[in-house]
Amino acid sequence: MTVKTEPVTINLGPQHPSTHGVFRLRVTFDGEVIVDVEPVLGYLHRGSEKLAEGRTYVQIVTLTDRMDYIASMSNNLAYVRAVEKIAGIEVPERAQYIRVISAELQRIASHLMATGFLLNDLGALATPLMYCFRERERILDLFEMLCGARITLSYMRPGGVFQDTPPEFWPALEEFIGNMPTYIDELERLISGNEIVLTRTRGVGLLNDVDAVDYSISGPMLRAAGVEWDLRKADPYEIYDRLDFDIPIGALGDTFDRYIVRIQEMRESIRIIRQCIDATPSGPIRAETPFFIRPPEGDAYAAVESPKGELGFYLVSDGGISPYRCHVRAPSFINITPLREMLLGWKMSDLIIIFGSIDIVLGEVDR
Amino acid sequence: MTRTLAGADVARRINTDLPGAVVRSSGGDVWVELASITNVAEFLRDTEGLEFSFLSSITAVDYVEYFELVYHLTSLTRNQSIVLKAHCYGRDDLSAPSVCGVWRGADFQEREVWDLFGIRFDGHPNLKRILLWEGFPGHPLRKDFLGQDP
Repeated sequence: MTVKTEPVTINLGPQHPSTHGVFRLRVTFDGEVIVDVEPVLGYLHRGSEKLAEGRTYVQIVTLTDRMDYIASMSNNLAYVRAVEKIAGIEVPERAQYIRVISAELQRIASHLMATGFLLNDLGALATPLMYCFRERERILDLFEMLCGARITLSYMRPGGVFQDTPPEFWPALEEFIGNMPTYIDELERLISGNEIVLTRTRGVGLLNDVDAVDYSISGPMLRAAGVEWDLRKADPYEIYDRLDFDIPIGALGDTFDRYIVRIQEMRESIRIIRQCIDATPSGPIRAETPFFIRPPEGDAYAAVESPKGELGFYLVSDGGISPYRCHVRAPSFINITPLREMLLGWKMSDLIIIFGSIDIVLGEVDR
Repeated sequence: MTRTLAGADVARRINTDLPGAVVRSSGGDVWVELASITNVAEFLRDTEGLEFSFLSSITAVDYVEYFELVYHLTSLTRNQSIVLKAHCYGRDDLSAPSVCGVWRGADFQEREVWDLFGIRFDGHPNLKRILLWEGFPGHPLRKDFLGQDP
């Protein structure tokens, strides 16, 4: 006797814990095997690019916080760099060091979140996530010292940062940097050699280097595929050219590589911050800029290596006080382009971790 | 440091292979004819010495008389970049050739441009709105979009 079967379409999301926000996947299954995937997005679309057209260049900094809300510092940095490029503003050296320190702290915080939630998706419910949150909390404490906020920071301004570091910041940073390697070791002991993690992630969700480049993938996902490309090295901004650090790359481009590349990047970030602490000079923290910045007519594109990938801002100025056009090259948005190809043929349980390993933030995907 | 190629040099190289494709060039930008954008894209990707295999971003700007499509290209092997631009005239029933066949990374970004600017991409495999829902009135990033009271 033959049993009649037919494919089943399931809506994963928009409210689903594994989607890390409001995101919907229309997945068609043949039994347990995925035969079709259609991402549906836009649930968090707030029209940031349109809103930017009606605000001054300094006001837009607050909009950037709300895109990738896991990594506000990196968004601030990418945006103010675009403004500085189009308006020709020179940034004082002390401000550049402070920016690099805060951007790297933010990278550690973002990668901790990515790792914690990946483990959550794997079924290791809450325990590893709470370990990661514990360390992230210390970073948020440091940010609170810098600017009073913990998530939506708005710490950077075109021309520098908005206030100098308080005296208690530096000893607290030293202490954090001293402890962090031990925490990462602890996290690795918990995860990296775990047999269940290895079986679930090794060889799962492959994306090779040629496809990754063709799909415009950037960030840890590109490096996990074995492409040595990091804007901090390839096109050094701020003072990254003076710092000594390595770019970790993966071998296969599977889920495990994406996890391990993030762990290694955290270690490199600690190296960077340690070098910055000793080298930060004294001096002004913000360049003199007019209250209303009026860049000359023209356009500029500036990109930084955010925790998710290449975060770029494309600004067009008509000489007025607000940009004529402000486009965000959002890495989370572009990194989910190959989602369908990566998921076909895998099973329901793999879907959750493959998707989790891409590490997207819906605020940035939808803008 | 990522080298920004001189627009004039790249324009010369495009012109030897694809005569008539380049409109003008200045700084690190090259303006090309809209109709030849796919051929130019393929040329930039496959020519030795240019090797622009990575499409950083696609976007559009509404200059009211025309729309300007902006392609930021990067070569990961040569560490160099160039900006490709093309003008799209008119307000209704706009269309431009898709570069999805050249860089698959263009997929979602072209859908975003269609959604927010109303420029159709011919040859796109799945051209649907991406951030807004099907049936949304108008294209919000156009300068004449006024929105509506809720």
